[in-house]
Amino acid sequence: MSAVADRFQEFQDLGVDVISMSVDSQFVHKVWNDVELSKMVEGGVPFPMASDGGGAIGKVYGVYNEAGGVDFRGRFIIDPDGVIQGMEILTPPVGRNVDETIRQIKAFQHVRKTQGKEVTPSGWTPGGKVLHPGEDLVGNVWKEWNPKDAYRK
Amino acid sequence: MPEEQVRCSVPAATVENAEQAPVQPEEVKKEVRRMGVTVAMKAPDFTAPAFYKGKFTTVKLSDHLGKWVVLCFYPGDFTFV
Repeated sequence: MSAVADRFQEFQDLGVDVISMSVDSQFVHKVWNDVELSKMVEGGVPFPMASDGGGAIGKVYGVYNEAGGVDFRGRFIIDPDGVIQGMEILTPPVGRNVDETIRQIKAFQHVRKTQGKEVTPSGWTPGGKVLHPGEDLVGNVWKEWNPKDAYRK
Repeated sequence: MPEEQVRCSVPAATVENAEQAPVQPEEVKKEVRRMGVTVAMKAPDFTAPAFYKGKFTTVKLSDHLGKWVVLCFYPGDFTFV
């Protein structure tokens, strides 16, 4: 959670609100923030730390683990219309890659801005090659894009 | 009492001799749908108590309509990752 908090300014600059969620109470969130996270992130966690006591929210999002009574590490990118554009669910021992979350948000925002006229191939980052879906592109992606372009600016 | 290895997830308690869940007939099983959402679906709205900027408050997802939202679930406070 501290890794997301650490990058909060970047999320804000992209117009993204962040909400964290676990089954712990808001009181435990306060103590965790005050005694530990505030030592890792200056000023403490800058977004709402929500409580999903009982896991009701985790259940509808499909991330609640009955056996452990906890929410798995689920991350959802939700667009301004309230539609889920991206999701990722990890088991507890492996943390997220915040870089990848930010990359995906930038890509979804680009697609939305162009109303889907431009789509972003694998590994796309801003300034990278986009594709224009249409009949001319069918069977011709190879002329426009090469796997070696992935992850290249 | 054996010492428990400290792991990232909150350890689950178990109940001895817990009653087994009844086995459902095949036809009924087919009706059981996995709960959960997927992409291109509307994010289920929720209201939840929250800690935010030193205060206790509530968060309602639909209050954020018009903005992008990253919703991050995690296994628990004071876990390691």
